[in-house]
Amino acid sequence: MELKKTFAAATMLAGTMTAMSFMSAGAVQAQGALVMYCAVQEEWCRAMTTAFERETGIKVSMTRKSSGEIYAQVKAESQNPRADIWWGGTGDPHMQAAEEGLTEAYKSPKMTELQDWAVRQWDQSKQRTVGIYSGALGFGYNTDQAKANNIGEPKCWADLLKAELKDEVQVADPNSSGTAYTLLATIIQIMGEDKGFEYLKALHKNINQYTKSGAAPAKATALGETTVGITFMHDMVTMVVDKAPVKVVAPCEGTGYEIGSMSIIKGAKNMDSAKKFYDWALTADAQKLGADAKSYQVPSNKSTPIPPQAPKLTDIKLINFDFAKYGSSDERRRLLSKWDNEVKNLPK
Amino acid sequence: MSRATLGWIVLSWVGFVLLPWYGFERSASPNLADYFVSGSALIHGIRGAWWLLPILVPLGMALVPVVRPSIQQKGTWLVASGLLGLALIVVQGFSIGLNGWTFDALRSLFGEPGPSQAGMGYGAALTAAAFLIILCHGLAARGWCRGDAFVTSSIGIVVALILVFVFFPVSTILASAFADNSGNFAPSAFVAKFMDKSIWGLDCLTSDLRCGVAWNTLFLGLLVAFGTTALGLAFALIATRTEFRYKKLLRVMSVLPIITPPFVIGLALILLFGRSGALSNLLWEWFGVPRSRWIYGLPGVFIAQLLAFTPIAFLVLIGVVQGISPTLEEASQTLRAKSWTTFWTVTLPLMRPGLANAFLLGFVESLADFGNPLVLAGNYEVLSTKIFFAVVGAQQDQGRAAVLSIILLAFTLGAFWMQHAWLGKKVYTTVTGKGDSGIPLPLPRRVAMASYLTAIPWAIFTLAVYAIIVVGAFVRSMGRDYTPTFEHFLTAFRVERADWGLYFSGSAWNSFFATVKVAALSAPLTAAIGLLTAYLLTRQRFSGQRAFEFGTLLSFAIPGTVVGVSYILAFNVPPIEITGTGFILVMCFVFRNMPVGVRSGIATLSQIDKSLDEASLTLGARSATTMRRVVLPLLRPAIVASLVYSFVRAMTAVSAVIFLVTAEYNMATTYIVGRVEAGEFGLAIAYSTALILVMLLAIVAIQLMVGERRLGRRSASAAPSPIAVQAVP
Repeated sequence: MELKKTFAAATMLAGTMTAMSFMSAGAVQAQGALVMYCAVQEEWCRAMTTAFERETGIKVSMTRKSSGEIYAQVKAESQNPRADIWWGGTGDPHMQAAEEGLTEAYKSPKMTELQDWAVRQWDQSKQRTVGIYSGALGFGYNTDQAKANNIGEPKCWADLLKAELKDEVQVADPNSSGTAYTLLATIIQIMGEDKGFEYLKALHKNINQYTKSGAAPAKATALGETTVGITFMHDMVTMVVDKAPVKVVAPCEGTGYEIGSMSIIKGAKNMDSAKKFYDWALTADAQKLGADAKSYQVPSNKSTPIPPQAPKLTDIKLINFDFAKYGSSDERRRLLSKWDNEVKNLPK
Repeated sequence: MSRATLGWIVLSWVGFVLLPWYGFERSASPNLADYFVSGSALIHGIRGAWWLLPILVPLGMALVPVVRPSIQQKGTWLVASGLLGLALIVVQGFSIGLNGWTFDALRSLFGEPGPSQAGMGYGAALTAAAFLIILCHGLAARGWCRGDAFVTSSIGIVVALILVFVFFPVSTILASAFADNSGNFAPSAFVAKFMDKSIWGLDCLTSDLRCGVAWNTLFLGLLVAFGTTALGLAFALIATRTEFRYKKLLRVMSVLPIITPPFVIGLALILLFGRSGALSNLLWEWFGVPRSRWIYGLPGVFIAQLLAFTPIAFLVLIGVVQGISPTLEEASQTLRAKSWTTFWTVTLPLMRPGLANAFLLGFVESLADFGNPLVLAGNYEVLSTKIFFAVVGAQQDQGRAAVLSIILLAFTLGAFWMQHAWLGKKVYTTVTGKGDSGIPLPLPRRVAMASYLTAIPWAIFTLAVYAIIVVGAFVRSMGRDYTPTFEHFLTAFRVERADWGLYFSGSAWNSFFATVKVAALSAPLTAAIGLLTAYLLTRQRFSGQRAFEFGTLLSFAIPGTVVGVSYILAFNVPPIEITGTGFILVMCFVFRNMPVGVRSGIATLSQIDKSLDEASLTLGARSATTMRRVVLPLLRPAIVASLVYSFVRAMTAVSAVIFLVTAEYNMATTYIVGRVEAGEFGLAIAYSTALILVMLLAIVAIQLMVGERRLGRRSASAAPSPIAVQAVP
């Protein structure tokens, strides 16, 4: 009995100790720490983390989430911010956070080395977010499926309206995915709002599924679940590199693009580290890491070598994307509800 | 005064005088002195945190019955002390925040910014807990619950936990349903969002347009609830009432899906039945069945959810089917009832609590499920994904998410109420103190055939799905390139031998260890709180019981995304500042999964005759002893069910934890979701396979540790001694 009691006491003690170690949230040294929310692929996030740690000795705690999730979290945490820097992920949520004052304005000495589109976005966001890479919108098609169904090679946005492609095109729902919202904004900027919505209504007849996640059509195209998938081109390239029977197309009418961005969280506890990371992440050396991690976006630093697999921005007709207008929450809300009412609820 | 009461009074002082009142800064590395005395509330109070000093009053009040044993109203003193103490802690905690006063009224009254304080630490937690227990002991002393301090304390603890970890966070987010985009109170915005056509539209009845998302969800939920209950019953009947040869195998098959990480079932279904899926290809080549995308939409989600949730129904039902006393069935047969009549009029009605609880769980699970609709729903929209993307999608409309959550909650509430109405006030007790000498009735042939015909094809189907998963882990790219490879496992679980020992360099180890740790901690807690709650609900009578029961269901019914965001909103700022810790993950899991413990506990307990407890009480045992010696051993199937379920859920839940993970406590599922997003299905499946293995081991371990319930029942094979009934594989 005594033994049993001692044992019970020992167990309780051990339990308390574990609980106590558990309650404290990872004691990180105050000097040289950085909490980073990362919104690109895990590999790339890790490569950035380790390279930065090696370079500066600053300990990075990195958490990977999608860009929308990070936005929701940063917003919920705004009373008592947990993160210092939000690196990567499509630009819309960054712009939204900038608009709501959740992020900090900062002018990096590296700004002069950046491409125009990155600087323009930084300007439009009142210096609160900066472009680190960009990826053009496009589509990919499954060559096996196209051959089996005798579908000619689609080259333009207009080709996606062809009758042979009935129920063969897949794209995400713009309500849930920034990718699909970029498509909506792109089509409107190319064709004008009225013509653009006519196009989307016609495209609706060929859509087999509005997926939830923006990159899902790339995988579906690779598997042959759909013939054409509309995504960012680098998502399709990843499938091609993985040897899927997929061909990536840059639409002939021109196309929009996303700017993967970086923001410093307002009220960051490690502001100095965050700024150090910010400057470092804009260098060519840091941006090179993307290609090594099999991410084929176009980097924003002019002197970063562009990965050979990446879709060349020079071969793509890029439109002059108005991020300030189409990134604002009012315009977005208006367009999304218009799309909901006029396109999504149409009969097939 | 009992020694326990005295102990808690001492602890309340310890928390105030000795332990650090505030939590430590994340970056701080506290030394021993910080842990004791110097960071205590008393020292803080003397050094300027004047708002802590009033707490000394209730602390002193608790001492009154100790120093003056002759005093008459001991209970009243304790109650007053506990109430005042809790009130003071709550009021000071909520009115003084990190950046000064938290209420505008206080700010304008006393000027800005006012005093500030950090989140509560061990001391505050201990003192608050002690006040709660003192209050409960006081209530018992005043005669509540027949003066049983164990019962009042249990009720107090569970209620307090539910208030803190369910009501408090959930109310913070549901409030946003009534706010407009800039956060002002706007009931009209609620009405507009609530009446939206995309929620309640009925166009699908009259045209080929889509119906509202609420109807879709409801319809799917009902289908899945019926399906899982029927399948679960078939499995449970085969497992307990037949001599089927491959019973054990069948059981493993039936429980496999529960231990499958999200997305994997959906993925496997696509690889089997998708337009380019393996089976679709065979059907096309052999029979010329045209390939189509039928799997995307209602059929796909329905099949995936059936696969995923049948095990829950099975786990709830098997305990109930076992518990049915053969005596009643024998009586029925002696009265010349045919076996079919007996089954229909005796056995089946006795299973009602099990059926009702299984149905409720299936319905609620389907409503809250997020992974399967995400992969398979196609254009069939359901509330859970809609809510997720209202929060994180391009709309970024938290108010809309809250409105949709309220609808989801209303459905759950409705199901809960209907379940009660159906069960009524009938008695389902079949496990009594009297020895049962009966032999369980073999199933009537019709029922046996029906069970076999549903369960066996289903088991084979499950097998096929799992074959796909296992194959997927070992080939380069499932569905395209079947070159065998270990590459995925190496990426995830590489172990290198360094000079100083083993180095776990694989990219998954980090999240793997954290996940196992969190799951192992939350499982016993979930089971304990869940079963305690079930015990209180079935065995005790107190006012507010229905509300209490509903409260336990609340966090389960609310979609994970909403719970995740609400946990950040509630627990990122003082007084309870626990985001970023492993503790918040454990708490989140405990309160999300507790309802399964409660449900299976209630289902099993309602079969056990109260006279067993009463006999024990009459013989002088206290409630706690009765619970430990009589009730718990009879509850073993429910214990296994809730332990297994909560362990597994902690390893496989996605949506709630997405917002709660940190670099240190990263969870396996968020890793998997990231991989799925990046299209690396091979890696995701390989990781899932590893998780499945761990969970299988855990289930076996739980089974061995909890042991089997021994009821004095003979099996039909005429074993001489009462044989043990195995609960779950």
